[in-house]
Amino acid sequence: MSLDAKIPEGPLADRWNKHKFDLKLVNPANKRKYDIIVVGTGLAGAAAAASLAELGYNVKAFCFQDSPRRAHSIAAQGGINAAKNYQNDGDSVFRLFYDTIKGGDYRARESNVHRLAEVSVNIIDQCVAQGVPFAREYGGLLDNRSFGGSQVSRTFYARGQTGQQLLLGAYSALNRQIHAGKVKMYTRTEMLDVVTIDGHAKGIVTRNMLTGAIESHAGHAVLLCTGGYSNVFYLSTNAIGSNVTAAWRAHKRGAYFGNPCYTQIHPTCIPVTGDHQSKLTLMSESLRNDGRVWAPKTVEIAEQLRKGTIKADQVKEDDRDYFLERKYPAFGNLVPRDVASRNAKEMVEEGKGVGGSGFAVFLDFADAIKRLGEDTVRAKYGNLFDMYIQITDENPYKQPMRIYPAVHYTMGGLWVDYNLSTTIPGLYALGECNFSDHGANRLGASALMQGLSDGYFVIPYTLGDYLAKIGPKKVDTSHPAFEATKKDVIAHINKLLALKGTKTANEYHRELGHIMWEYCGMARTDEGLKKAKGLIQALKADFWKNAIVAGENEEVNASLERAGRIADFIELGELMVDDALMRKESCGGHFRVESQTADGEALRDDENFAFVAAWEFKGEDQPEELHKEELVFEAVHLSQRNYA
Amino acid sequence: MSEIKQTFNSSLGKKLIMALTGLFLCTFIIVHVGGNLLLFSNDNGFGFNVYANFLTHFPPIEVIAYILYLSIVVHALYALIITLKNRKARPVGYAVTSKSDATWSSKNMGLLGSILLLFIVIHMSDFWFRYHNDKTMGFKEYRTDLGTGKTTESTYTPPVADFSHSVSTENNVEIVRVKDLHARVVYSFSQLWYVIFYVIAMGALSFHLLHGFQSAFRTLGWVHRKYTPIVYAVGTWFFAVIIPFLFALMPVWYYYQNVIK
Amino acid sequence: MYLILDTNYLIQNLKEMSNGNMNLTLKVWRQKNAQTSGKFVSYKAENISPDMSFLEMLDVVNEGLTHKGDEPINFDHDCREGICGMCSLYINGHPHGPKRGVTTCQLHMRTFHDGETITIEPWRASAFPVVKDLAVDRSAFDRIQQAGGYVSVNTGVTTDGNALLIPKVIADEAFNSATCIGCGACVAACKNASAMLFVSAKITQLGLLPQGQPERYSRVQSMVAQMDEEGFGSCTNTGACEAECPKEIKLTNIARMNNDFLSAKLFREEEIHEAKH
Repeated sequence: MSLDAKIPEGPLADRWNKHKFDLKLVNPANKRKYDIIVVGTGLAGAAAAASLAELGYNVKAFCFQDSPRRAHSIAAQGGINAAKNYQNDGDSVFRLFYDTIKGGDYRARESNVHRLAEVSVNIIDQCVAQGVPFAREYGGLLDNRSFGGSQVSRTFYARGQTGQQLLLGAYSALNRQIHAGKVKMYTRTEMLDVVTIDGHAKGIVTRNMLTGAIESHAGHAVLLCTGGYSNVFYLSTNAIGSNVTAAWRAHKRGAYFGNPCYTQIHPTCIPVTGDHQSKLTLMSESLRNDGRVWAPKTVEIAEQLRKGTIKADQVKEDDRDYFLERKYPAFGNLVPRDVASRNAKEMVEEGKGVGGSGFAVFLDFADAIKRLGEDTVRAKYGNLFDMYIQITDENPYKQPMRIYPAVHYTMGGLWVDYNLSTTIPGLYALGECNFSDHGANRLGASALMQGLSDGYFVIPYTLGDYLAKIGPKKVDTSHPAFEATKKDVIAHINKLLALKGTKTANEYHRELGHIMWEYCGMARTDEGLKKAKGLIQALKADFWKNAIVAGENEEVNASLERAGRIADFIELGELMVDDALMRKESCGGHFRVESQTADGEALRDDENFAFVAAWEFKGEDQPEELHKEELVFEAVHLSQRNYA
Repeated sequence: MSEIKQTFNSSLGKKLIMALTGLFLCTFIIVHVGGNLLLFSNDNGFGFNVYANFLTHFPPIEVIAYILYLSIVVHALYALIITLKNRKARPVGYAVTSKSDATWSSKNMGLLGSILLLFIVIHMSDFWFRYHNDKTMGFKEYRTDLGTGKTTESTYTPPVADFSHSVSTENNVEIVRVKDLHARVVYSFSQLWYVIFYVIAMGALSFHLLHGFQSAFRTLGWVHRKYTPIVYAVGTWFFAVIIPFLFALMPVWYYYQNVIK
Repeated sequence: MYLILDTNYLIQNLKEMSNGNMNLTLKVWRQKNAQTSGKFVSYKAENISPDMSFLEMLDVVNEGLTHKGDEPINFDHDCREGICGMCSLYINGHPHGPKRGVTTCQLHMRTFHDGETITIEPWRASAFPVVKDLAVDRSAFDRIQQAGGYVSVNTGVTTDGNALLIPKVIADEAFNSATCIGCGACVAACKNASAMLFVSAKITQLGLLPQGQPERYSRVQSMVAQMDEEGFGSCTNTGACEAECPKEIKLTNIARMNNDFLSAKLFREEEIHEAKH
């Protein structure tokens, strides 16, 4: 099967408008004859479900949480970008497009990104109309801030809870349609498979997490809005429930997986305190504006710090290595996320990690407090400091903070064309679930933008085209394909329930996380990746022999849910390693040790790797097949990043 | 269901009724405590008996009195209805309950209200009911020399069975003949258990109003950064301290007078 | 030259760090499902590290139970950073435990002391039936929101976001109400299992903003009607909800809701709408 991204012809800036006109429309009277399935109720899912229901389609929406409002979009802190240029500082659609392409290290599709920048302005208008309480200036106008090293102030925000407010806006739109009877909401329901008929997605199979009932749902199209897969690393900033199962099962039914190894690592998270740790908490990157990152110069001092025989403030100035300032004098502590993260990891690997675990470096505010005074520092970062105190019980006004990178977002995901269709016709992927707009690295405040763009402003147009083409012929679950898929799902569940070994799913997950972090994290080598592949394969075999799954299907069974998700994460982990092995260049958040400049910086290889890797599942334990979508750059000129 | 019925059947509507009747009762006790201050006037019950007579024989006040009784009944009845509904909202309780920040009074309005209701029943049967129905209740005659302003009192035996009261002037002396409720007050407040019960009930009143007064304003939605502190102050100092104190002082004072006699 | 080195020496370290010195007794409510009755069961939580969050402590206990072939304790949780509102434990007489302004997932074991007995119960309310063990069904909250917790605009609004001027003080106040995470701690804390803090937070958010004005009075009527139908108790203004709310939503919201409701019902003839049932 060849990959056709269905990118419209014509000048970049006109493509989306032209495409919207070219797309077929569904007659208003016919819309009610179509059933659409939306899986996931985060920004992309809730926005899509609400918008499609408003248009007149019948929507069935699914989420595994007890309420659609709990989707993990809610945890996004910083803000949402939009090319409004309210601040008159030279922003424009083209600049947002350009920044996003460059930020993604030239591994994203120009047309998609330009569309994203275009609709970004509509998103803000839409959310304001819904009653999202964005921050305002004294004159009553919307406030903006600069975010993630951007040179213009284009980020809209609602204190540190922008994701929550945007999600609650989308949730309210969804609620309105549920009330109107246009959306039927299924909570505590987990999608376990896609049903395809003649190559088209026609429904899903779900498990009711309260009763264990395995149910089939038919529809003219299926939208996966199921988020990212950072939890493959075990520890990440994702919610515990965030998982890849829906996307992975779709992948196994024929949807290609795009750029699985592209993950984003955030440098300023609160470090782990032990094996019990279940997730990592992110602190805003703005901390690096005033904090200085350092590690002890020698392994011996680090050892003393780890044992607690000396405290950080007792380390003499000469014994401190402000490694970011030393290596990158121009940018210092404000180097991009991936550079800061990689260098922290390097310190730890050299044995200079601090804190009880050794998995941390210092972020020191002593100088800032001396220079600005404690009150000013408190005014700027008080809420972040409070959060740090709450979690660590340490006072960052007195002792430096300990920070360490953590996985935060996955740019990879199901491959989609310009219409957000996966390689299975009728199966769409929206938001973080797809691979599309961020290339090899995502700009700060762009995830919320993409989720809402896909849900509110892209899918309502592009889905109509597909629906108009297939016609409103009724689909129902009587087709034998539903029964067959259901059987597969039940067999898989029974296989899991039969596992009565010695290790919990959680233990496998933790091991997988260590492997992924160690070998397929922010820096990779050919050798390490090959080792990882072997380790994951062994882990998988061991899982299916020695795991323990408690309880039975016909009840609330968190053990079963978790085991199913972790089995999928293990398989995904292997594909990520394959993808990372194949991509022999350093790009975006990924450093390939074999591909670096003389200064030890990331070296991209545009000649050989300016493509999207789309992987096709070829059967259990079979190597996946790589398909390449070549990336064509017409509007921007490819350049190498340089922060030295 | 009619719109009115629907409004007052809603949880907020029921609370509205509680708030309005409650506030009305608050205004009543201001009047009540004011009148009862006459008990401290040391005039052998002259002022108090005249006041009691006025309350029972002035038609507009009688109308208000019936609204008052209705308010008490409605306030108590709705309290019961709401409490039952609230109980139903949590059929299984917690094994561990803790001290929360909520005030003691706010959590025990039902208990406090029940004490008050019991008090009102006893109080009214003792004074109101007897005043209206007790044929054995005596009369007093007060003669005031309008020249000197001096008042003398004596028992009065009415010539007819259904005598209620009379006011006349003879030789520059004003003669007032009224039922002697004061005597009942003196008698009741000479009993220690009665005094103690009164004081406890006024304690209950204090806590009931400490929460109730400001809570009524919240229920009505009248909350304002500037004015709510005033409501709190009035609710605390006037309704929860001064009024219950004055009410409680009466039996104590009369008991004390009786003891030292 | 950048090279990858091994950090396995540290991984062992992490294992050791999880071995804390706290030993606790947990009294946990176990209930198979809504139909069966439940009871308290005692468990030992041993070698607990004070750095663990409360839910991580339960994870450790559950790992132990799973190893023994027992059924793990079921509880709701997801984001574990205090924003999704899914976690919901009633710990030692407090929703979300004894610490103020935090959710259960943000409560750390250092809040407790070695040897302590901790009683863990589900939220108790007839409108929140137990799903299993410590998890309850809070879909009543969703139904209340569905009754009117929105501004009726379709996707595709073309009015510029800045066309509507909103004073900063109003935007901030609306935001404060909007920070409700819908966890249900207010219901759990209230002696009447009243949902008014939750309901009033949404009504206040939209009632303050100009976008919410057209439906302000119909919204309050529909949402209150749905709240009553779900079987929540009524408000006695005790303030327990405000004290226990992990997001510190203010009691003032309830007064604002009362005001709008009474205004709608008693003084706005054109806003009167009779419920369908």
